[in-house]
Amino acid sequence: MKTGVNGVALGVFIFFFLAVTVIGFMASRWRKAENEESLDEWGLGGRSFGTWVTWFLLGGDLYTAYTFVAVPALIYAAGAAGFFAVPYTILVYPLIFTFLPRLWSVSHKHGYVTTSDFVRGRFGSKGLSLAVAVTGILATMPYIALQLVGIQAVLDVMGVGGESSNWFVKDLPLLIAFAVLAAYTYSSGLRAPALIAFVKDGLIYLVIIVAIIYIPIKLGGFDDIFAAAGEKFAKLNPATGKPIGALAPGEAGQWGYATLALGSALALFMYPHSITATLSSRSRNVIRRNTTILPLYSLMLGLLALLGFMAIAAGVSVKNPQLAIPQLFENMFPDWFAGVAFAAIGIGALVPAAIMSIAAANLFTRNIYRDFIRPDATPAHEAKVSKLVSLLVKVGALAFVLTMDKTVAINFQLLGGIWILQTMPALVGGLFTRWFHRWALLAGWAAGMLYGTFAAFGVASPTQKHFGGSSKEIPGFGEIGYIGLTAFVLNAVVVVVLTFVLKALKAPEGVDETSPADYTADAGDKGVQIDLPPATAGATH
Amino acid sequence: MPEEKPPPVVTPARVIIAICLIAPFVAMLWVSSYAKVDPAFIGIPFFYWYQMLWVLISTALTMIAYKLWQRDQRARKEGASS
Repeated sequence: MKTGVNGVALGVFIFFFLAVTVIGFMASRWRKAENEESLDEWGLGGRSFGTWVTWFLLGGDLYTAYTFVAVPALIYAAGAAGFFAVPYTILVYPLIFTFLPRLWSVSHKHGYVTTSDFVRGRFGSKGLSLAVAVTGILATMPYIALQLVGIQAVLDVMGVGGESSNWFVKDLPLLIAFAVLAAYTYSSGLRAPALIAFVKDGLIYLVIIVAIIYIPIKLGGFDDIFAAAGEKFAKLNPATGKPIGALAPGEAGQWGYATLALGSALALFMYPHSITATLSSRSRNVIRRNTTILPLYSLMLGLLALLGFMAIAAGVSVKNPQLAIPQLFENMFPDWFAGVAFAAIGIGALVPAAIMSIAAANLFTRNIYRDFIRPDATPAHEAKVSKLVSLLVKVGALAFVLTMDKTVAINFQLLGGIWILQTMPALVGGLFTRWFHRWALLAGWAAGMLYGTFAAFGVASPTQKHFGGSSKEIPGFGEIGYIGLTAFVLNAVVVVVLTFVLKALKAPEGVDETSPADYTADAGDKGVQIDLPPATAGATH
Repeated sequence: MPEEKPPPVVTPARVIIAICLIAPFVAMLWVSSYAKVDPAFIGIPFFYWYQMLWVLISTALTMIAYKLWQRDQRARKEGASS
């Protein structure tokens, strides 16, 4: 293993970083609208993105730096179980195909910017909308923190910061990366990550194609790679006496594998940042067309996961599995190309971090600030608050990463997935039916949140007492399953039962401001505006 | 309000769309059908290449669903305006 600073790699890394910084600041002039002082403009890019921009934006924010580091890291550590990311991303697209066009239509008809806006409009309940907003913000924060962890992993391997004993020198590179991110998100809004996503995806595709051809050749082919991996996983874990991993999941792991894939797929498009990217597209057709080209990323993810096996075969030995892939790149590639690979991961962290902070800021501004603090806020005022909050969210994430142990960020991310899944009955249920009662939805949400949090708290692993994993025995069923999905089922049952009870008691229903036709309206139909009046009037693309 | 008689909700095309969208769930959640190492393909165990193959299959299925849906919508729009 090399030690010290890798100068060439660092140089290449800095070059790409500077390039995207320039792009980020220039982005505000790209497809510029006449009125840039509104939230719609800053936070949804004027809702004007076509198929390809949406593809880059969605891909840029669903496949994050953390994904690129964590998925192969999981494979490196545990083998087959880590591959759940592939079925998970396969299942996401039929779901998007079915649900999100309806959300697009109703949002564009009524000017909703967030999922909470929709829930409030559909069920006439500020409380339910607040619950959805808070869940979204809570789930997004650790996600942003993990992006910074991804950058840190790359910097560590390049020999920058990391090992220095002085905390300021150690964290300086991360602080700089962070400042750049904050500055251009603030000035350019959603346009910045959309443009940078082009660079990011280009780099990542290049790196993966090279890695998947070059590394197996150097290691003697996939036969040798999997033979080495099989050997490693067959070793016994001293703590449990069982093999540490497997090349194919055993019978005990299959329920866990399936529920994790399904639960993660359901959770993914509930995240505020995937909704933000979806709503910024030009028409409902753009969304559906995207589901036919987005799986290209799943293929990439699958290939990337295989890198975890290559790291084993290449003899990469790191204590922190998160460093396995950056270390593999440094060991296998010439310095300059390792720099390109690190830049891909680093930029891959900036794009989603920007989109996530914008999404969280939108939620706060629309559904907490405007609904509860300042109901008379003007669009320009909203945009100003949102920009400030996006900054605060990022500072919060940074503080998280700098002050707490990395495992804390990962624990919270795990909880975030469980939490965000609990907004599904209100959101997806609401897209198709008004039958659910708003109080029942709120009670179901609370039940799911509580169960999920406590269940995850109680999972121990060899290294930690709490939050040791996201799978646990499903009560009354006996199989190990993903906690998020179990909590979701509990949530749904509570919602259905209480809806019957509340309807029998004739509890007051909220006012529904939407009509059935709103859910199928498309761009060009009466009353559907691409841009929202009056804030973005005149912005035609 | 438009006064045309609405076409039936369930049509053969829509059934095919539904099958295209549901098939990946059946295939991927039925883990025991593919949790094995053999047969390997260019050295990659079955478990991995089979799931990667499903990325391509599900893409093709979504594409079919998309095309059918577009045709369905276009037909309905024409039917409504005539």
